[in-house]
Amino acid sequence: MLGESLEVRDLCVTAITPDGDEIEIVKQVGFSIAQGEVLALIGESGSGKTTIALSLLGYARRGCRIAGGSIRLGDSSILDLPPAALRNLRGHRVAYIAQSAAASFNPSKRLMDQVIEGALRHGVMSRREAEAKAVELFRELALPDPEGIGSRYPHQVSGGQLQRLMAAMALITDPALVILDEPTTALDVTTQIEVLRAFKRVVRERGTTAIYVSHDLAVVAQMADRVLVLNGGETQEQGEIEQILDRPNHPYTKSLLEAARPEQQLSPPPLERGDELLRIDDLQVGYGTRDAQGIPAKVVLDDIMLRLESGQALGVIGESGSGKSTLAMAVAGLAAHSRGEVVFNGQALSATLRGRTPDQFRRIQMVFQSADNALNPAHSIERILTRPLRTYFKLDAEERRRRVRELMDLVKLPHSLLSRRPGELSGGQKQRVNLARALAAKPDLLLCDEVTSALDTVVGAAILELLVELRSKLGVSLLFISHDISTVRALCDDVMVLYKGDCVESGSCASVISSPQHPYTQRLIGSVPELRRGWLESQPSFASLEQDCVA
Amino acid sequence: MNNSLLDSRRPSSEPESRVSAPQRHAKPFNLTRWVGATLVIFWLLVAIFGPMLAPHPVGALVADKIYSGASAAFPLGTDYLGRDMLSRILTGARYTVGLALIAALLSSLIGASLGMLAALAPRWLDESVSRLNDALISIPSKMLALVMVSAFGASIPLLILTAVISYAPGAFRISRSLAANIATLEYVQVARTRGEGKLYIAAVEVLPNMFHPVLTDMGMRFVFIVLLLSGMSFLGLGVQPPMADLGSLVRENIGGLSQGALAVIGPALAIGTLTIGANLLIDSLSANRGQQGE
Repeated sequence: MLGESLEVRDLCVTAITPDGDEIEIVKQVGFSIAQGEVLALIGESGSGKTTIALSLLGYARRGCRIAGGSIRLGDSSILDLPPAALRNLRGHRVAYIAQSAAASFNPSKRLMDQVIEGALRHGVMSRREAEAKAVELFRELALPDPEGIGSRYPHQVSGGQLQRLMAAMALITDPALVILDEPTTALDVTTQIEVLRAFKRVVRERGTTAIYVSHDLAVVAQMADRVLVLNGGETQEQGEIEQILDRPNHPYTKSLLEAARPEQQLSPPPLERGDELLRIDDLQVGYGTRDAQGIPAKVVLDDIMLRLESGQALGVIGESGSGKSTLAMAVAGLAAHSRGEVVFNGQALSATLRGRTPDQFRRIQMVFQSADNALNPAHSIERILTRPLRTYFKLDAEERRRRVRELMDLVKLPHSLLSRRPGELSGGQKQRVNLARALAAKPDLLLCDEVTSALDTVVGAAILELLVELRSKLGVSLLFISHDISTVRALCDDVMVLYKGDCVESGSCASVISSPQHPYTQRLIGSVPELRRGWLESQPSFASLEQDCVA
Repeated sequence: MNNSLLDSRRPSSEPESRVSAPQRHAKPFNLTRWVGATLVIFWLLVAIFGPMLAPHPVGALVADKIYSGASAAFPLGTDYLGRDMLSRILTGARYTVGLALIAALLSSLIGASLGMLAALAPRWLDESVSRLNDALISIPSKMLALVMVSAFGASIPLLILTAVISYAPGAFRISRSLAANIATLEYVQVARTRGEGKLYIAAVEVLPNMFHPVLTDMGMRFVFIVLLLSGMSFLGLGVQPPMADLGSLVRENIGGLSQGALAVIGPALAIGTLTIGANLLIDSLSANRGQQGE
């Protein structure tokens, strides 16, 4: 079956608020896709893009309702179908690929059984045919060992492979329409590029009509023919991908594009370098029981050397599992090192929290990735910010009050938020409070662990700008941990690349990024999607490089 | 999960945006909660004011007829000695509700304190408290109660002690796992890297975030303890005459069961409505929290 055309008119989806009011979360959205075309829905979290994608399956999440409009796929009107016909449609004519493949597979069933389940359920083909078809799809999706991979369980394959297996699951019934909902957002950039390539090939070769939901314009530029920009459930702009990238009309689209193209260097040229603040010598960190030589069962970081001067910003970059967060934890005292030394301000730091002085606690502050978990939901913002002041400084109540308000000004939050709880703040506001709490201690060293990665592009860019400003205003040193090379480039003077617990390259940001020496660094930098069409095709496959890196 | 949808309708740069608590569907009126709350409040009021409202003294033989049905003089009939059942239930409810409440409070207090201690303490302390707890939890509560009563005789402090020994270990388990989950969250890590002490972390960072589930758990323990104490009284090993709780009222009048006497149905219904009411209330509260969870 080839793809079919899709036409959506005046789609409205409503949600019910806690007060019982019904509000529109998707307002009068309409678009049409010709057979075999790929349309991208782009917007920030909560723009209604997933809600629209789900309504194409005739489905609304609990508490939501498709209130009006029409959806025509080929010659059937999806919203008028009775429940039995809808069941027949889902996973057969319309297939859905979700963001987190790990959460979408049943961990206790073999992959093959899950991949062909839809085909068997809809009685499209026999088990033997379905398995043959699945193996063929595995091959098309460039999965290793296409014949054997189906007999494995979900935990035995990598995240990128699982995402491709989910694509196979969706494509097994030759659907007329495939919905890809942020399918690569949870993946590392180096994995993402291979998955994108595989997706693009199968979608093109099969002539499937596809909807690609994403917040990442650079990814969309590789995948889509046309783009629909959403904000607050409303269409902002719709057009061909080239037009959106080169000649955006709507101001919102322009702001999205701006946030996706961070300036090369937001940070001022390196300040006058101060004295050595932090030195790490031959550091080894690991988990599990230690053997006779004191080496832990699982070594996460090994042979790490690092030097940070006061006022300097050092970016630490690597993919998940590279040990970059463990480095910050080791400096903060949350992960004990088994060898080597962390010297802060001329004094060796104790490996655990126990041996550290109050002054050392104060001068090293950690900012965690997820502001949701980093702020105690039971405390008001004022209480959260007051606590470090109480712990570290002898101030009277009036001075503390004043200082808390200064901090709020510093991170550009209105004072009216002080009485709120974290749950009542938006993601960006929470991250600002998170920063303000660390700054309350007047630290010398700020450990930032992926502080922008849980945020939307525009909000993340604003936080990054704030960090740049704080750095020049307060002269604080930064150890900035990220998986995203563009944020590191925007903020840091120097960069250190971690790969599987080893430092493979380090040096000034400009030189490492412009001429990476190590094959892994080259691959990491080469995998970041660029905001232009045809980038994906122009990149060489890094599959061969994998061996170089391991060797 | 609707949170993000609702929230994002406002631009994130807008400082005043207030995220409303997400709920899956509107509930202007929650029947379960109201039924539960009404029953629980009714029985609490009876426990407090019941003895004052009783029309007859609790032990007085006031009627000529035993096991009589409802009448104007005796709305709930009379018992096996011709005593007024209404007065006896009004008086007996205090023992059932009061004992169970005290025992449930103590169980949760002890369980939650030890649970937090175990979650935050060094490994050896956690291990020893937890293993001791496992030993206690493996003793069936009725058996323990029977042994305790036959060894030390039935008295009210002993009944409370027995209930606490039976139900504190369960509260400990739940509190420990809640506290252990919270202790790995980042705001606790932040407090640790700030150099905060264990006591501060337990009381200020951890406790407020496990308070609701612990409260729900206490409600369930209350129900279990009501049933345990009523069961003990039914066996004649609980509250002793001349005092009588709801369970002993059922036992005394069990002879009237064949006649369908109100005297046995009344206290049985009382136990039923009390425990069902508490259950409904707990269910509706925890379901509501589940919706606000994500």
